[in-house]
Amino acid sequence: MSSNNTPGSANTGSKPAVSLSDITKHFGRFAALRGITANFVPGKLYVILGENGAGKSTLLRIITGLLAPTRGKLAVLGSEDLRSVAMRVGYMGHAPLLYDEMDGLENLRYFAGLYGIDNDELCSASLARVGLDPALKRRVGQYSQGMRQRTSLARAILHDPELLLLDEPFSNVDVSSAREMSRLLGVMRDQGKTIFVVTHQAPVMEPVCDESVLITAGRIAAREQGIPPYLLNPYTQEVSK
Amino acid sequence: MKNAFVIFALATLALLSYGLYMALIVAPTEATMGDVQRIFYYHVPSAWAAFLCFAINAVASIWYLAKRGVKADAIALASAEVGVVFCTIVLITGPIWARPVWGIWWTWDARLTSTLVLWLIYVAYLMLRRFSSSGRAPVLAATLAIFGFFDVPFVYLSIRIFRTQHPQPVMGGGENSGLDPTMAHAFLWNLLAFTCYCLLVIWMRYRLQVAEQAVEDAHAERALGERA
Amino acid sequence: MSSPSLAAMTRATLAKDLRLEWRSKDAINSMLFFALLVVVIFAFAFDPTAEESRRIAGGLIWTALLFATVVALNQTWARELRNNVLDAYRVSPAPPNAMFLAKAFANFIFVAVLQMLMTPLFIIFYNLRSIGPVWQLVLIGLLANWALVVNGTFFAAMSLRTRNREIMLPLILFPISIPALMAMVEATTQVLTGTAQVISGDSSPRFWIQLLGVYDVVFTVVCLALFETVLNAE
Repeated sequence: MSSNNTPGSANTGSKPAVSLSDITKHFGRFAALRGITANFVPGKLYVILGENGAGKSTLLRIITGLLAPTRGKLAVLGSEDLRSVAMRVGYMGHAPLLYDEMDGLENLRYFAGLYGIDNDELCSASLARVGLDPALKRRVGQYSQGMRQRTSLARAILHDPELLLLDEPFSNVDVSSAREMSRLLGVMRDQGKTIFVVTHQAPVMEPVCDESVLITAGRIAAREQGIPPYLLNPYTQEVSK
Repeated sequence: MKNAFVIFALATLALLSYGLYMALIVAPTEATMGDVQRIFYYHVPSAWAAFLCFAINAVASIWYLAKRGVKADAIALASAEVGVVFCTIVLITGPIWARPVWGIWWTWDARLTSTLVLWLIYVAYLMLRRFSSSGRAPVLAATLAIFGFFDVPFVYLSIRIFRTQHPQPVMGGGENSGLDPTMAHAFLWNLLAFTCYCLLVIWMRYRLQVAEQAVEDAHAERALGERA
Repeated sequence: MSSPSLAAMTRATLAKDLRLEWRSKDAINSMLFFALLVVVIFAFAFDPTAEESRRIAGGLIWTALLFATVVALNQTWARELRNNVLDAYRVSPAPPNAMFLAKAFANFIFVAVLQMLMTPLFIIFYNLRSIGPVWQLVLIGLLANWALVVNGTFFAAMSLRTRNREIMLPLILFPISIPALMAMVEATTQVLTGTAQVISGDSSPRFWIQLLGVYDVVFTVVCLALFETVLNAE
């Protein structure tokens, strides 16, 4: 059963950061998302959990506007026109979303330009924030996976977005890097950002998570405060009804 | 709707039969070319039918991009397929006509060449539809159809001027030669019959496409309701 | 942060594309080698006298350039698919047409480089000498280049989302480009053979050049109008 009530929330006055209404997505005959209706208040860190193929990435892509829902409406940061809020949204995809033949700083400089930012120091600062050396001249194609993920995160937070959507940011990343990134996300949440993280590594996010959302077979199966023990173990993420 | 379809189908059948009678029996034999010339009653109306199909395709594609309606896409697909078939008929009857009359298989005359280019464009359209995933195919194809639509004037213009600079035999007497009244009569009846036939087949294909889409939608709806 | 302008985005993306190309040389290398191959094969297939060469050179050179252009077109978009980096562009507020124009200009530059390298080759292999004015050839070259590249860039983006990406591009590009191809070949041949003044009526290369010009304008507008639709198709 999908639950619409945010546990323990007292934020009835503020507008939701993301508002979904009957969001459905078909790929041919396959129903990836089945009528998801939910509101997410701003300023919280949401961890989205679920098995492979449950629809987590699809949901994130719909929120970014990369994918259009087959049915249903959504509003992001109060607006139904997703392009108009593109400036305030940051996205980190499953793939690195970087150019292999440029080094980290060049990549960031280019993407900063897409947001109208012409500030080298900002790019360097962003790289430093994720624990990378801005002066590194090595091409991204030669980075380790951890470095690549961190660079991708730096790219996503470059323009200081209010809403951050991260799809499996810790895949193939070593535990200490993952913890570092997770800590950084917590700091950003404390600064008032709204953050959605899709991940299979719930324990890494547990210290900073405000609310966890379990997606099963295209529906929201559960929403819980923090990450309760039964969700920490991926093998028990099938909630029986 | 179904009644209208049946009536239209019967009327078309009647027209086609009458046209056949007119073309093969009533119309006189042409002076220089002989009986082979009778292909004219099928060659030119087919070209006209193909052109009509592609005009319908252009309108349906623009309508689809504006409103994203499933029916518009079905009409676009149906008219493209039927148009390609009629184009093929033109491209086959052309050589059948040209060979006995001029001793060559192909003349690169304006009508035949333009039809070949149109055929290529719309076969590309159909291939694009086939090779795209089902979600994207209608949008991409409609976009290509609009390119085709804007290309058509350039195709006709460039081929006509090319022909002016490199003259060759023209089939079917071109646009200027006069036509014996009985021949004109037979031609017009066949033109009408082919127009109706073209619309009829598009209608049939459209109904088929809409039905297929309904089946897909039903499957998707069922998948929605299913549990994991 | 100012709202990103089309010109600024185009410039930035073009600079990025040129830099990436300079480092990887994917497109240029494939184009050059392929074009060279085609020229050599044509030289074996057709062994013309000097007079005949002038008549067929137009067709040969544009055929070779057409095939080589398709190779480049596929490469310049392939780079956006690696690592799904196109997604990063799409979620940004940058206008989609900036990416289209940047790619089209980049391709224009690559094809122009190819033209400059291949023309001497053709002149050498076929002992060519132009009878008509050379500036007309340059003008035809520029207009024809854009005609191929503007539609080619668009269709390459379209075929990104199909199953047989590499074969889809020439399949949809060639038929639409036939009027432009006819124009560029006829115009080039008429200038090379100097027949422009001989044939009477509406037949100087001016007609074909005008056709190319109008073709360029019409399809540039159509591409700019429809690119966003195609970029966001699912």
